[in-house]
Amino acid sequence: MSFVGRSLRRIEDRPLLMGQGAFAADCNWPGQLHMRVVRSPVAFGRILGVETEEATALEGVVAIWTIAELDDLPPIDFRQMGLERLAPYRQFVLARDYVRYVGEPVAVVVAVDPYIAEDAADLVFCDIEELEPQLDATAEPVAFMPDVHPGLMSEPAVIRRGYGDLDAAFACARRVVELEVKIGRHTGVPMETRGGLCVYDTEKDTLRLYGAAKVPHYNRDAISRMLGLAPGRLELSEGHVGGGFGIRGELYPEDVLVCAAALRLKRPVKWIEDRREHLLAANHSRDQVYRLKAAVDSRGFILGLKADFFTDQGAYVRTHGTTVTDLSAGLLPGPYVIPAYDVAGHIRLTNKTPAGTYRAPGRYESTFARERLIDAIAIELGLSPVEVRRVNLIGEAAMPFDRGFETLGTRVVYDSGKYADLLERVLAHLDYDRLQQQLTERRSRGELVGLGLGYFVEKSGLGPQDLVRMRLDMRGDIEIVTGVASVGQGVETALAQICAETLQVPIERIRVIHGQTDRIEIGFGAFASRVTVMAGSAVKIAAEALRATALEVAARLLQTTPQALRLSNGMIETVNGSASLPLGDVAAHLEETGGLTGEGRFASSHMTYPYGIHAAQVRVDPATCAVTIERYVVAYDVGRAVNPMLIEGQIVGGVAQGVGGAFLEEFVYDENGQPLAASFADYLMPTCHEVPEVEVLLREDAPSPLNPLGVKGAGEGGINAAGAALAGAIDAAIQKPGAVAQLPITPGRLHAILRGGR
Amino acid sequence: MKAAAFDYLRPASLGEALALLATHKDDCKILAGGQSLVPAMNFRLARPAILIDINDLDELDHLRADAGQLKIGALTRHAAFHRPVVEGPLGTLLAKVVRHIAHYPIRQRGTFAGSLSHADPASEWCLVATTLRAEMVAKSARGERVIAASDFFHGTFTTALEPDEILAEIRLPIMTPDWRVGFYEFSRRAGDFALGMAVAAAKVEDGTIREARLGVGGVGDRAIRLGALEDQLVGTPASSDVIDSIDRIAREARGMIEPSGDIHASPEYRRDLIAASVKRALTEALA
Ligand SMILES: Cc1cc2nc3c(=O)[nH]c(=O)nc-3n(C[C@H](O)[C@H](O)[C@H](O)COP(=O)(O)OP(=O)(O)OC[C@H]3O[C@@H](n4cnc5c(N)ncnc54)[C@H](O)[C@@H]3O)c2cc1C
Repeated sequence: MSFVGRSLRRIEDRPLLMGQGAFAADCNWPGQLHMRVVRSPVAFGRILGVETEEATALEGVVAIWTIAELDDLPPIDFRQMGLERLAPYRQFVLARDYVRYVGEPVAVVVAVDPYIAEDAADLVFCDIEELEPQLDATAEPVAFMPDVHPGLMSEPAVIRRGYGDLDAAFACARRVVELEVKIGRHTGVPMETRGGLCVYDTEKDTLRLYGAAKVPHYNRDAISRMLGLAPGRLELSEGHVGGGFGIRGELYPEDVLVCAAALRLKRPVKWIEDRREHLLAANHSRDQVYRLKAAVDSRGFILGLKADFFTDQGAYVRTHGTTVTDLSAGLLPGPYVIPAYDVAGHIRLTNKTPAGTYRAPGRYESTFARERLIDAIAIELGLSPVEVRRVNLIGEAAMPFDRGFETLGTRVVYDSGKYADLLERVLAHLDYDRLQQQLTERRSRGELVGLGLGYFVEKSGLGPQDLVRMRLDMRGDIEIVTGVASVGQGVETALAQICAETLQVPIERIRVIHGQTDRIEIGFGAFASRVTVMAGSAVKIAAEALRATALEVAARLLQTTPQALRLSNGMIETVNGSASLPLGDVAAHLEETGGLTGEGRFASSHMTYPYGIHAAQVRVDPATCAVTIERYVVAYDVGRAVNPMLIEGQIVGGVAQGVGGAFLEEFVYDENGQPLAASFADYLMPTCHEVPEVEVLLREDAPSPLNPLGVKGAGEGGINAAGAALAGAIDAAIQKPGAVAQLPITPGRLHAILRGGR
Repeated sequence: MKAAAFDYLRPASLGEALALLATHKDDCKILAGGQSLVPAMNFRLARPAILIDINDLDELDHLRADAGQLKIGALTRHAAFHRPVVEGPLGTLLAKVVRHIAHYPIRQRGTFAGSLSHADPASEWCLVATTLRAEMVAKSARGERVIAASDFFHGTFTTALEPDEILAEIRLPIMTPDWRVGFYEFSRRAGDFALGMAVAAAKVEDGTIREARLGVGGVGDRAIRLGALEDQLVGTPASSDVIDSIDRIAREARGMIEPSGDIHASPEYRRDLIAASVKRALTEALA
């Protein structure tokens, strides 16, 4: 029986559906204290003093600390893509000398209950000399912290990439197409806010942090380093996680503070973020401005692309280092050949919440910019946008396609892809010519309807490696221990399916342990659509090892050869059916020599590159500037689909967030740097009313040659081209080519376009 | 997002409640459905020292037609209007409007009277009360007074209610079957507060509009009755050329408001949106 490729139900859902989930806020410990963070009320200023007397006097307050009391804690380091020259821009766990954004932790209160903690936090007074905030990432850089770091400016780095002869490209261009576009500031908003419970074990003098997510092993090591804890004194434990999206589970000041508090006070300390804090304190993302200049020939083929863009990094450089800007620069060319390319990505600090990655980081943004450019080229040359995409796509014969530079420290080599084929499939699915005809007819009757496309290349399966240990017990139950994490995306089921495929055991008998640093020594976590690729491959290798052992032992027991045996429904049987043995019996036989186990390690120095297309059809109501999505199609080639249902779920969820970024979600600041979207009343998430039905064309046309399963990650394709496709659709609907140059497309902005005649 | 400390009182009778209000005045707040007050307390934007929970007061839990008026007791939840509460145009209109207020669970708790007392400029019930000329019955230990809608709303989150008063009942005139009604609202998402909305009603006899009601909300600091445009509608034939008058009136409505801008909408956009809302509400009622 095959397990991989089937839409099996999730094995992890039972406790969730029974209300028995153990999310961060569900974790409690007798005698626990509660932590509350005092946050900066101003965007930029010099700290003159932090008055804590009145708060300290409140009954039930156990401790209040500012950076003066936590002076020995170093800033939070980069998890990836750090650069030497970024180091001075790292954030301390509590503000030191300056505050740089509204919401920055300034002090921390620990009290006997969360109400008292919040009362006390209200009484802490931050005496701050306000300074003029920097709020525009495209403006001239300013001083980062004038008095403390004289001369250190708010542009920590410029990421450059390029290849080919750009001058020659522009010299022989038929036309030069220029474009400036902007993507708003928004981010992933998990159902669950951040939180943690750190428990001190008096007997062992150790700490255990519950509520970990995404990268528990990395965070264990980072927190241990910061607090000077020897290996083994801190373990992290991941429970259920209500969505990650890139932002959840990175190391933030609060994670370190809750551990520091438990260690100092030698008591359990719990911290649960509230939603307002979340919108002010957890990583923001996006917020880029692109200036593109393309040299094109008469067919719309891009001979050369020059790109400058700005990433509004917010107040500090956090754990992701240059990741977002680096990925933007690396994947801006997307599925197109583009023989000459030169890009400069400016990382700029402003006085807003620090930014990091959010699902399809750098791709949601760069796809919007690139696909807007393709549409603009089509307009300038009077060609169809489909035709311009066709002539630019990288051909099948060119695979694997080496872009000629690196991103995330790995060489950008598109491992496989049938780009032209996928485009034709989408056109056929849409019945494109007929559909365009219908839309034209509807427009001639006065309706504002249109179709837009966005083509994209994703990246997934970032290394370096993952380790899996597997044990089959005497009852025939299997435990898989892995160092990856689950943010709710179906990791258990996908890994169980891969295991079941090799071992032929029902997936219900498989248990997957993840995110527990004391169960396995290494782990690289859940991000960059890496889990199924990396841990999935490691599971396959481990299962094959376990299978080989099982067959060998069973062959001895059944007095035959391994070749004469096969696995079926938890049994080992002879191919001719004459004898059989439960796998559990083999395990029992091996009990004294360490049991029936398998280990798998999968390493990879290259990413895999899935690719896809979004197509959106919208209707605009010119009187209210409302946009209705009439139809939404996502075609996505993931190489091999382990569980199509889970992947469709990923895609549909991604579209929902993409729609949010395209129409609704935006962190707006006033001229003083005060955030105006700090609750769900103003930071608008799409609801089931706003999210369209999504038609998913899940393809397995170009399996990855880089791993034994042929899989590519499926987590980010659903969001990638949403802004691009919706913008194109609105342009077409209102018949104003190139009108949409900024996301989100709010009614107010659309109104300005419609009335302003842009 | 945890409320500051407060005392919680749950009177068993209206008399007791009014006595408590008289004693605590500005220090206390009435708790009805809690759908506006509790979030405000959790954000610590409101820090009442005392909450007086009125949910046990049977005297306030009624909804009935009486002497040409629909009498809405203070404990009547939004959800009560999901189906028409009176026969004829008024019940139809209220059932249409209520679908735009927040979301299903919020409508199970939030009250009509709470909406009016809270006086959000984008509240649907405030628009309905203003446009249809509701009467508000305020009670206190000092006695009872009836306040006309035109005197009740003073601006964003402020009303004519005194600190010791409770809004006990709202009275809406019941419309005879010859009234025609329309409502239109636009919000960024389903269930959000309106960026712009309009209520229209017209009494049509022998093909001519004899009486009209027209109001807009979501712009400015309170719902606005467009009396001058109501007058223009009166005497107009409710026939096919009504479309022209609707267009004209919608354009005029645009000029009669002074919307402010916020992160969700610019003043120019709001003005156009109001014109569109007026047009759609009137069209629904008349065309
Ligand atoms: C997510 C969300 C979306 C919403 N969307 C909308 C919307 O689209 N349209 C809309 O109109 N509303 C909306 N609301 C608000 C909702 O309708 C509230 O229920 C309503 O505004 C207040 O009614 P309440 O009974 O909950 O009052 P409460 O929250 O209990 O009280 C509100 C205020 O009125 C006072 N008060 C209440 N009752 C009385 C009384 N009888 N006499 C004197 N004072 C009184 C209270 O002291 C308090 O100051 C929304 C709320 C939420 C949470």
